[in-house]
Amino acid sequence: MLIQSPKSYQLKENAVTEENTYNSRRILLKQMGFLGAGALLGSTFSNQAQAGFFDSEPETFKTSILKYSPDTHNQRLIKTPEKKVISHNNFYEFGTNKTDPQEKAQQFNVNPWQLTVSGECDNPFTLDYDDLTKSFPLEERIYRMRCVEAWSMVIPWIGFSLANLIKKAAPNSKAKYIAFETLYDPKQMPGQASRRIGGGVKYPYVEGLRMDEAMNPLTLMSVGLYGKTLPAQNGAPIRLVVPWKYGFKSIKSIVGIKFVSHQPPTTWNILAPREYGFYANVNPDVAHPRWSQASERRITTGGLFARNRIETLAYNGYGEEVASLYKNMNLRKNF
Amino acid sequence: MALKLKNVFKSQNKVLFLKVIIHLIAILPLVNLYIAAFSDQLGADPVEAVIHFTGIGALNLLLVTLAVSPIAKQFKWGFLQQTRRLLGLYAFTYALFHLGNFLVFEVQFDMKLFFSEIFERPYITVGLAAFLLLIALAVTSINNIKRKMGKRWQKLHNFNYLIVLLVTTHFYWSVKSDVFEPLIYWLITLFLLGFRFNKFKMWSGYLKNKKFTKKVPQQDHYK
Repeated sequence: MLIQSPKSYQLKENAVTEENTYNSRRILLKQMGFLGAGALLGSTFSNQAQAGFFDSEPETFKTSILKYSPDTHNQRLIKTPEKKVISHNNFYEFGTNKTDPQEKAQQFNVNPWQLTVSGECDNPFTLDYDDLTKSFPLEERIYRMRCVEAWSMVIPWIGFSLANLIKKAAPNSKAKYIAFETLYDPKQMPGQASRRIGGGVKYPYVEGLRMDEAMNPLTLMSVGLYGKTLPAQNGAPIRLVVPWKYGFKSIKSIVGIKFVSHQPPTTWNILAPREYGFYANVNPDVAHPRWSQASERRITTGGLFARNRIETLAYNGYGEEVASLYKNMNLRKNF
Repeated sequence: MALKLKNVFKSQNKVLFLKVIIHLIAILPLVNLYIAAFSDQLGADPVEAVIHFTGIGALNLLLVTLAVSPIAKQFKWGFLQQTRRLLGLYAFTYALFHLGNFLVFEVQFDMKLFFSEIFERPYITVGLAAFLLLIALAVTSINNIKRKMGKRWQKLHNFNYLIVLLVTTHFYWSVKSDVFEPLIYWLITLFLLGFRFNKFKMWSGYLKNKKFTKKVPQQDHYK
């Protein structure tokens, strides 16, 4: 018979606080304990500061395990380690340095959330936080992500085809484009509150796709990566992933999806129309005015000596699935 | 102990002491940087990190070099001037690492890409122009050469002002949209160049009226 004596460091089942209980304890503490202190300190004392007063451990953004069907076709791709996927982000709402989003987005509150689907459609609807992961079957998609800055990653996303969401909304014949909008909340997003932190970008961040691009089976609404819900810095709770386009098209933390009849404005195109087009398809033959797009550095492991420069592929290697969308178009003009 | 320390600072060791500090401040971060980068402890993209660190480092050192003369003048600390060569050489070293990082780790010896990037991207062309000038200044900082060059040495080393303008342009031009930091660097640069206003005015007069070429006295260089 195997007799197990619990080690001193092992927690007993009943000693483990369930996450929900644990979180509500914090809220309770804040609510009662600070009625007094709060009155003393005045109303400008923020909730976060109050929480920090009690908790010695730094508050981190919570992610939870997702159920999904795995991607069986792309497992041989060498993935970018999770640690790097979640620490190297362009999310100017939290600052322009690659490490800013991870540092500054930990307090980001995504529940409650509302994603409104509206515009030229017969069945407009709104998805609440829980709906985001429960309305459509979730699947893993291991995609290459090519940044316009000429680096790339391979990321195991979890999400559902945007096409499924579109079908549910039943767009009408006037719907030629689809426009996306990121949350606008300067209190939570320091980059929106300050031009200096936000890199001079006009917020809220907006993006758009042509209807046929949006309906392509590759186009993903992502709610997670590496088996868990999205970390804040990667665009929680829901973001777009368009793997054949430069990364800036894959708009994060979406609150609005709207069917429209004309090409919608897009953030980077507004900021620098000569450098960033509406289509932004990955194209090794059309250089960014300030750097070549012919090759890229694939971020994996190995530090400085990783020989990671590889040729950039047209449509980021997804030409078979998407090249037909742009058959008679001048790609140099429509970059 | 205190007495000893006082003696140290009284003597000519001031310059030596400063130089040791400069060596440490310049070398230690570089060593630290590359150890972290080689062991993949420098964030997700160590290549971008080393390029930025050495680039900003070179610009910082250039600005410190430019700040020496005004400070020496203001506080009558003539001995400070003797640190300018060392500071300048470290600015050059950082720039060398910056360019080296680009060649070795960014384009990874793809020479075709290296040259096409240098000639087709204006911001890189500007950066390289600054670097070529820095090479000239670094080479001519050798005492023998300096002596042989006579008055031409100072003329050549006045290019330092142009270099720092090229570097701040290179920085401003390289960012995607976050121009705040580059603009701060521009302001600091203009502030430091402001101390040379009389010199620039004299040069412009020199250019306007060549008749007086020979009568214009050599720039009064603070010793």
